[in-house]
Amino acid sequence: MSSSVYIAGVGVISGIGNNVAEHLRAFEQGHAGMGTITMLNTIHKGELPVAEVKLSNDELVAMTGLPPNTSRTALLSLVAAREALNDATISNFESLRTGFVSANTVGGMDKSEGFFVDFLADNNKGKLRNIFDHECGSKTEIVADKLGIGDYMTTINTACSSSANAIFYGARLIKNNLLDVVIAGGTDALTKFTLNGFNTLMILDKQFCKPFDEHREGLNLGEGAGYLVLASEKVAQILTKPVYCKLSGYNNSNDAYHQTASSPEGTGSYLAMKGALEKSGLQPSDIDYINLHGTGTPNNDSAEGTAVKRLFDPHYPPMSSTKSFTGHTLGASGGVEAVFSALAIKHGIIYPNLRFETQMSELPFQPETIFQKGQHINNVMSNSFGFGGNCTSLIFSRA
Amino acid sequence: MKTYIRSASCISPQKTFRNEDFLTDIVEYTGTRLSTIEPDYKEFIDPKLIRRMSHVIKMGVAAAKDCLNQARVEMPGAIITGTALGCLEDTVGFMTRMVEQNEELLPPTAFIQSTHNTVAAQVALMLKCHGYNNTFVHKGISFESALIDAIMLLREQEANSILVGGTEEMVDVSFKILTRLGLYRRWATSNLELLSTEAKGSMGGEGAAFFLLTDKTSKDNLAELSAIKTLYNINDIEGGITKFLAENNLKPEDIDLVITGKNGDLKNDAVYKQLGSSIFKDSNISNYKHLSGEYSTSSSFALWMAANIIKKEIIPQTVIERQIDNKSPKKVLIYNHYLHKYHSLMLVSAI
Repeated sequence: MSSSVYIAGVGVISGIGNNVAEHLRAFEQGHAGMGTITMLNTIHKGELPVAEVKLSNDELVAMTGLPPNTSRTALLSLVAAREALNDATISNFESLRTGFVSANTVGGMDKSEGFFVDFLADNNKGKLRNIFDHECGSKTEIVADKLGIGDYMTTINTACSSSANAIFYGARLIKNNLLDVVIAGGTDALTKFTLNGFNTLMILDKQFCKPFDEHREGLNLGEGAGYLVLASEKVAQILTKPVYCKLSGYNNSNDAYHQTASSPEGTGSYLAMKGALEKSGLQPSDIDYINLHGTGTPNNDSAEGTAVKRLFDPHYPPMSSTKSFTGHTLGASGGVEAVFSALAIKHGIIYPNLRFETQMSELPFQPETIFQKGQHINNVMSNSFGFGGNCTSLIFSRA
Repeated sequence: MKTYIRSASCISPQKTFRNEDFLTDIVEYTGTRLSTIEPDYKEFIDPKLIRRMSHVIKMGVAAAKDCLNQARVEMPGAIITGTALGCLEDTVGFMTRMVEQNEELLPPTAFIQSTHNTVAAQVALMLKCHGYNNTFVHKGISFESALIDAIMLLREQEANSILVGGTEEMVDVSFKILTRLGLYRRWATSNLELLSTEAKGSMGGEGAAFFLLTDKTSKDNLAELSAIKTLYNINDIEGGITKFLAENNLKPEDIDLVITGKNGDLKNDAVYKQLGSSIFKDSNISNYKHLSGEYSTSSSFALWMAANIIKKEIIPQTVIERQIDNKSPKKVLIYNHYLHKYHSLMLVSAI
């Protein structure tokens, strides 16, 4: 039970790139992924910026080899999960007990909303092939089948903390000796459903978002997918290249305050971070970088900042929200940011927090604004918090 | 370490909720769909909140609270749920308005409550439970994934009492679409004849069942959840079941009762029939989907039934397909499959 779980491969796609190399370049050059809506047919086009993956469904279909009508959620998932698996170069993959644990929040909604327009007009109308794979679990199944993973798969949906939970559930399947290798993370495509949903909550910034800024006005939605290949100690030993890091700590706590809002004290976030530190056996001062949840909403950043202050004061590690680049990729964000965390350790990167201008008056710290690499980074904390008070923190450590 | 079921609570199309009678007074439905019998939610939920809650949230919260009451546990260490389709009433509600109002002037409530983790979140909120909270949304093994998570948490000593539930609501839209997809029958049947009139399709169902799992021994425990396993896309189910039993040092003949996922659909039931004349040819066999209807987390109804069969030492007449002896079952195997793709095996034993 005490054995370590290693990160053997990483894969990511988001508004700033279609693979790991493109992401590293975008971070170094300070290129954000937000822009005008081009893919969704919505009245909010031109009014609300989003961070779209810069590939059409047709291009993604050509890239993945999936059928033309596949949900964008599954297409994005396969691109990133396949990159992660190829990156891990596990020579005896077929002979191992393998699993796929993926997260998403609205399943095949991008297809279902088209179906629903016809269905509403006449309940016997609407093409069934556009609703057949609506379930969240379908997205996972499509990708697992393509990757040849059949021993175990499941799907998690705890809103915006979903894929962080998928990652540590996957790690626990290995620690409990149920599996040897698990690809874990999450995916979400932009949909009208989520865009309008977040818009009703009035937490979408009409400008590019400014996480942890005194004058922040909300989040920008994004889309993407991010996966880690988690490997047992035994598998890690036979890999032909060094692992990225290990997953040393994790914790899931509930804020139990409100269905969507965070408590002013950030109780859930505090407990998640504290629990993850305890599990890793580390002190707050051991953390070299925090990848903040940092959505850019007044409520989240205030609650998360308060929790960070309570745990880290007076010695704050460098921290930033990479959502200032990718937008908030919802169910994918924990996976996407876990990839960034693993890369931070491998390349010694501190990611900048774009567009930051003014320190929040209630907090004694501010996020990093300059891209740095070649730093010595041993431990990275990654935060993911979601609706329903679901708060999860992961800690990645040099192996 | 062993996993025990301390308490179980089930809201279903039958009189299962807070009822001492164990499936004696069976409710007949003639049609294509079974709907849950609604308890008086005011006993469990603040009336001010009830009005805004969808059916699945109410069912989930009430079953969760009743389960805790039965176990006399105020604060569980973790809350884990499984649901394939989540909060459909709110999802459909928000989508309908979005289409009809062309994305304008939409109220947020339906969206807020549409995420699949709403039931687990609402239970945590009501209890002020800051512990581990997770929701699995993987088709026919959503509930099983939640159970596997709970068993691991107990093993890891992260918690010693865990609330685990399977919930699913059927709304008109999902029922219509699933019928068009061929899951349910196109003509009216009585649920009491569902399993004897095999045809294409089953009857729709819904429900919420919660369990308090613990690693602590107690004479109050209903049963032991000895093992659980899910299998994906396997051809040799006989071999899969035999292997699962062998992993638990059992042979098919050691099983006192097999509860199957027979649902009246010809294709669906073929495998159960085949097992009933092969490895389980001498076994007692019971079924449950004529009582619950078919839905993705119906195995939670089966687990509620198995735990009660063991505790009460009664096999209700209505569930019996074949009863060879009169022994009270000590080892019960639940075998359910979802569209032949996901197979779930649960071994429930007397304590």
